[in-house]
Amino acid sequence: MAKVLVVDDSNSIRDMVSFTLKGAGHQTVEAVNGQEGLSKAQAGGFDLVISDVNMPIMDGITLCQELRKLPSFKFTPILMLTTESSTDMKMKGKAAGATGWLVKPFNPDKLLSTIKRVIR
Amino acid sequence: MSVDLSQFIPTFLAESFEGLEIMESGLLNLEAGDSEMINAIFRAAHSIKGGAGTFGFGHVTEFTHLVETLLDEMRDGRREINPQEKEVLLASVDCIRLMIEAIQNENEYDDTSIVMVSVQLSELLANGNEPAQTDKGLSSSSEPLDLTPSNTTKWNILFIPEHHLVQTGNDPLLLFSALEDFGELTATAVLDNLPSITEMDVEELCMHWQLTLISDNATEDDIREVFEWVEDECELTISEEELEQPMQEESGSTETGEHENGSVDATPSSEQQLSNDDEQLTQTDSTADTNKADSQASNVTALSPSTDDNNSPKAPKTPAKSKAKTDQGSIRVGVDKVDSLINLVGELVITQSMLSELGNDFDLSKVEKLTAGLEQLLQNTKELQESVMRIRMLPISFAFNRFPRLIHDLSMKTGKDIELIINGENTELDKTVMEQIGDPLVHLVRNAVDHGIEPVEKRLAAGKSEKGTIWLDAYHQGGSIVIEIRDDGGGINRDAVFNKAVEKGLVEPNATLTDNQVFELIFEPGFSTAKQLSDISGRGVGMDVVKRNIQSLGGRIQVESTKGQGSTFKVHLPLTLAILDGQLVRVGEEVFVVPLITIVESLQAKPELINKVSGDMMLYRLREDNVPVIPIFQLFNLPAESQSVDNSLLVVVEADGQKVGLMVDDLLAQQQVVIKSLKDNYQDVAGISGATILGDGSVAMIVDVPGIIQMALEIAQQKQKQRNNVYQLEGALN
Repeated sequence: MAKVLVVDDSNSIRDMVSFTLKGAGHQTVEAVNGQEGLSKAQAGGFDLVISDVNMPIMDGITLCQELRKLPSFKFTPILMLTTESSTDMKMKGKAAGATGWLVKPFNPDKLLSTIKRVIR
Repeated sequence: MSVDLSQFIPTFLAESFEGLEIMESGLLNLEAGDSEMINAIFRAAHSIKGGAGTFGFGHVTEFTHLVETLLDEMRDGRREINPQEKEVLLASVDCIRLMIEAIQNENEYDDTSIVMVSVQLSELLANGNEPAQTDKGLSSSSEPLDLTPSNTTKWNILFIPEHHLVQTGNDPLLLFSALEDFGELTATAVLDNLPSITEMDVEELCMHWQLTLISDNATEDDIREVFEWVEDECELTISEEELEQPMQEESGSTETGEHENGSVDATPSSEQQLSNDDEQLTQTDSTADTNKADSQASNVTALSPSTDDNNSPKAPKTPAKSKAKTDQGSIRVGVDKVDSLINLVGELVITQSMLSELGNDFDLSKVEKLTAGLEQLLQNTKELQESVMRIRMLPISFAFNRFPRLIHDLSMKTGKDIELIINGENTELDKTVMEQIGDPLVHLVRNAVDHGIEPVEKRLAAGKSEKGTIWLDAYHQGGSIVIEIRDDGGGINRDAVFNKAVEKGLVEPNATLTDNQVFELIFEPGFSTAKQLSDISGRGVGMDVVKRNIQSLGGRIQVESTKGQGSTFKVHLPLTLAILDGQLVRVGEEVFVVPLITIVESLQAKPELINKVSGDMMLYRLREDNVPVIPIFQLFNLPAESQSVDNSLLVVVEADGQKVGLMVDDLLAQQQVVIKSLKDNYQDVAGISGATILGDGSVAMIVDVPGIIQMALEIAQQKQKQRNNVYQLEGALN
């Protein structure tokens, strides 16, 4: 059972991710862009962050950089949601401190099997 | 666990439509160098693509990918933004909308336009600085993907992480446990390079692992995928011990071709002698990417059978997995509205508890408190009602935001330079009214472009600016909403309208009509003054249909026009269709509700002003008008107190420009009533638009004023006919 911060401006994707995680017994906190994600992250205690890359106001890359500056997020796994067209985005994500990525389109099973690699 | 993805589809559809609107209005306003705007457009396209892929609409993903690629080039400054590309992008928005609507309605669609636009997009992309990326995706998607070994395989994996691996949140232990999903894993830690305890840094990882995986189903790709996030931060060597099913075909294919830097990072590690199989592969950046790209392409393929069509499908398609439950419809409500609702319910609960407290040991000394409590209850109920009604209200921008695009397209088509100015787009309107007013408004705007705004030469000759202007305004007036469509064109040609009306037999040639009466003629059925039917407004739908649609919403339309200066159409609409301001009237034992908006005045009929013409029809002299009198008791066969019109009460109502006096026994209160459909609960009844339940629990019928006028006129005509027949019969006998 982990506490996961889910950041995505797309309601449907955010709903799907959050629903799937909750169904697997995790707890989720949702945010619609990087800025909201960052402010909700201040509460601390997160075991995982799953964030979209392309978002208004603050994108996922910036969010990742900002989170890594916070002591409580230094080792927290951060997964970026990317699309197949943005291979270089994965590299940018890694450079910004992301742990890994999850490629869209993904399904709930894929999501759950993937996060096994970063949370217990 | 399996999650039913279809539950997220309505949300996906709603946000896709929002995204399309952002794209459309963004493209219409896009100027070169506006990076913020192009970013917003890109993001919208990107989200649609991502969602479509996730929820199984591969055809949408595939098409949107082209759009996104083009936008990405514009965003990066690799491509200039020119009008041609804008047009193609706008057409793409229409295509995506078509596909999304087909998903929503679960119907098929004609994909000719989609094929056409995707060809245009591919051409644009091919002509750009980048080769078209589409072929890559499509061709790789047909490659074989899962070569599942049929026999048990033993994999030797050497994993040498860089020291900083754990600092990005990766944990080797979890990676290993992910590997365990594939079979039996043995991990041996190699501690040779461990620093001395004094030099040790807890944030650094100074060991590496030799892993053995015995699995029936894992492929090398599967194993690499587990390590994909750390491939740049480790040396990874994977080798297969038992060679039952050769794997070199596949791994070979991924290594061929464009990866000239493939061996840069491939320096064999010192441990490599451990795995001296010929199947050894050394991980590199680019092969990993290719593998990745392939497996993604496979995802797309798996989700969308249409990918196999290679972008040129001929037959209409049905969306892949659409189980969209769209019939229910949904509404997005601002949090403030919900909060105010919750507040009001809170107040209601307080009032309720106060009243029940009062009821515990009630005596007459507490009457005052009771009255106050009831008053408070009334207030709460009223506020609650208003608040609930507000939930159904949406800003009219939902109906207005299609017009910039419409004007843009019409300008291109007609060669007229037209500016659209929208005001009051935050004015709120009931959702149902909004949905039904769209088409009439489109017709009026098309009409303004086509018949209102003159061609450029004509404008210049009249001393006007080259650019025509159309204003779209919305505002509240009393209990209704007014939408104004105004143009600065040539105005309505009074003589042309009049002559046409004479020609159609709508008016007598020698009739004297005011300007406004003439303009009203354009709403008559079958009226059209356009010399040629253009493909813009001459679509077989006349202004009469517009007027009828507006009336069916309980609204009305007015026109004003000044020659040479333009015309204004004013559409008055009720705020909501669920509640009606009504005047209660009594006929015999029955109570009827007359919509307040239709009432001109109520009066006591004076005998000397009543005129009986041609037998049964009665006319009442109301100032300069002669108003036909309709005795409701006769129409509905009711026993009434006043059987004669003399000294009876008349409620003068107006519909379609026709005034009539409804004869009633008594005027009761004015109040808001909740409309219940007769059709849903019983059946349609002529002259009645619905029913309502009054405070005492009794049912009252709501009078359909235009319907009742129609009924009365028909009855009068029938009687006239019968009489004519009698006259003819008499004539024949004589």
